[in-house]
Amino acid sequence: MSRVLLCWLCWLICLGCLFPASGRSAEPIRIASKNFNESYILAEIIAQRLEAAGLPVERRFGLGGTLICFDALVAGEIDLYVEYTGTLSQAILGSPGVTGIDALNALIAEQDIALLGPLGFNNTYAIATPSAVARSLGLETIGDLAAHDDLEVVVSHEFLEREDGWQGLSRTYGLDMPVTGIEHGLAYQAIAEGSIDITDAYSTDGELERYDLVVLEDDQGYFPEYLAAPLARTGLPAGVYEALASLESRIDDDRMQTMNAEVVFARRSFASVANEFLVAEGLAEVRSEQGELLASLGRNTLQHLKLTVTALVGAVIFGVGLSLAVFRMPPVARGVTYFCGLLQTVPSIALLALLIPVLGIGMAPAVLALFLYSLLPILRNTLTALTTIDPTLVRVSVAMGLKPGEQLRHLYLPLSLPSMFAGIRTAAVISIGTATLAAFIGAGGLGDPIVTGLALNDTNLILQGAVPAAVLAIVTELVFEALERWLIPRSLKE
Amino acid sequence: MSDCVRFTEVWKSYLPDQPVLKGVSLALPAGATTAIVGESGSGKTTLLQLVNAVEAPDSGTVQVFDEPIPEDRVRFRRQIGYSVQGAGLFPHMTNRENVTLLARLEGWKPDLIDARFVELLEEMELPEDVADRYPRELSGGQQQRVGLCRALMLRPRLLLLDEPFSAVDPITRVGIYDRFREVQAMEGVSTLLVTHDMREAVKLAQMLVIIAEGRIVQADRVPEVLANPRTAYVAQLLKGQLE
Repeated sequence: MSRVLLCWLCWLICLGCLFPASGRSAEPIRIASKNFNESYILAEIIAQRLEAAGLPVERRFGLGGTLICFDALVAGEIDLYVEYTGTLSQAILGSPGVTGIDALNALIAEQDIALLGPLGFNNTYAIATPSAVARSLGLETIGDLAAHDDLEVVVSHEFLEREDGWQGLSRTYGLDMPVTGIEHGLAYQAIAEGSIDITDAYSTDGELERYDLVVLEDDQGYFPEYLAAPLARTGLPAGVYEALASLESRIDDDRMQTMNAEVVFARRSFASVANEFLVAEGLAEVRSEQGELLASLGRNTLQHLKLTVTALVGAVIFGVGLSLAVFRMPPVARGVTYFCGLLQTVPSIALLALLIPVLGIGMAPAVLALFLYSLLPILRNTLTALTTIDPTLVRVSVAMGLKPGEQLRHLYLPLSLPSMFAGIRTAAVISIGTATLAAFIGAGGLGDPIVTGLALNDTNLILQGAVPAAVLAIVTELVFEALERWLIPRSLKE
Repeated sequence: MSDCVRFTEVWKSYLPDQPVLKGVSLALPAGATTAIVGESGSGKTTLLQLVNAVEAPDSGTVQVFDEPIPEDRVRFRRQIGYSVQGAGLFPHMTNRENVTLLARLEGWKPDLIDARFVELLEEMELPEDVADRYPRELSGGQQQRVGLCRALMLRPRLLLLDEPFSAVDPITRVGIYDRFREVQAMEGVSTLLVTHDMREAVKLAQMLVIIAEGRIVQADRVPEVLANPRTAYVAQLLKGQLE
């Protein structure tokens, strides 16, 4: 039994190491990104710029969509992310008429957040054509298209249908050629093969450069502006704003296109693309890719352990405690087990999503979800063990004069230990697997590269999370096996 | 001779209107071994459980050494040794830990515990090497002896045995009977033995109590019962099992 106590002590020490006391010099700046390439690259540029300025940062990349990022920022769960002026005015604030940075800032000032100086490029809708076609027909602006109604125009379905898409555009510029819809992903391929002449695009798509396309100038200003700019909480350390100011107007459309293409086509990491940019601008030192990989692996693994160990310790304390409290009352015990079983049937990603409105994003909802999942195996194994102890032994323990506490300590707990331990072991392995999903709600961990890799269809990146997660699960399995051998007396092993 | 246990008009039922004990009155002499003999369901085990207050009577009184059963049940039960069929040893503890558990909980000094433990092993003729083995590594007969050691550890005045030898094979049993009689005399402990085996009862006890369907059929010294069975049932019981 003293071994069990020793084991707990070690566990708590581990926990202590994972969560160093809050005596650290400064709170890290929490930087988020949405889950598409450009957002990751910009977030990484900002992160590295702040690090170069000596500010600690925490990367919360790949948060679902626009609204999750914005809500997290307002709730103070993150400190900044890169937003687009058009998205802010239309999708978030619902005021499409408001465009300027100052006007937008006036609308959000009450929420203690502010849009900082734009990074330089405008990622808006664009009309693109192969540069060869543009040269031969002398196309420079969208207006020039009016004279060429024999061009093959194929645009994405969404762009075709939207009022602020092709319909408005053709009215504004007096275009009356026939137009058909296509899947956006296929449009680039079709235009590269020469089967279409004109399509819609985002002005910073890496494909523009890759397929040698040019963007026709929107000389009548039809498309709204989508200037990228850091959206940050007010009241951060002054150094943060200074570092961000150094990035103002540094990235033009071509630069962004190139960086997007580097990631999509050259399969380079966000960190190395971001670093290359910063070094070229004289804003940061060169970093080694390998060191970066190791650092992120270590960071993710540590975070992963934090999530699972916290959840597991909670589940063990609560699960074993609850089992001890109810095992002498069979109907209650059945009810409790049933309820925990019910929790288990909620798909993990749904459970995580359900917890967002209650606990926001980040560690808290992730730990709670993992805690709930860990509960069933621990609770069920412990309860089953406690309620199936040989009744003769129970009768003997009462008859020989053991107090209830002594019965627990000398009979129930040691005899339940093997089963309880098996439950904890199952819960630990399940947690490590499930914790990879926590990245979807910004809790980080080894799910981070997996989620990013999924978003980018990048197998390498997925493996950077999946392989360590699998290794961690196996190591956990082995550690528990060794612990079991050490903790459980040979008399109880079959 | 004073009584070690006295039942007065004891009624007990677990289910409504199905009494297991029907007005049992009985006085058992101190310093001797009393065997309570009956078939399954006769109420003999319930009788035993009333003595160490694991069960309480619906009506009537139970007195142990001329005192009513005290409020402090834990204290009280520790003064009464208890052993059951199959020994009921805790499988996760070594035999030594099983035997000495109560003494350790009582805060006995370690050398006192060791001395008493060695003494009991000798009395029960158990080899020393059983001490640090686990119960399931012993034979059934050895386990039963370890169980008796545990029951006797705190030098109880009263020992309750519930079918203690029925899981032991017949040949081993004979050896244990001899051992037990000597130990019982040496320790001077009043013993209450519940069994369905008349042969065992006659071998071990000085006093016989025959119970059937919740009533005492006959209670007397062994030679008296053997010589004068009070009812046809008793006679049949003696005839069937002693021939």
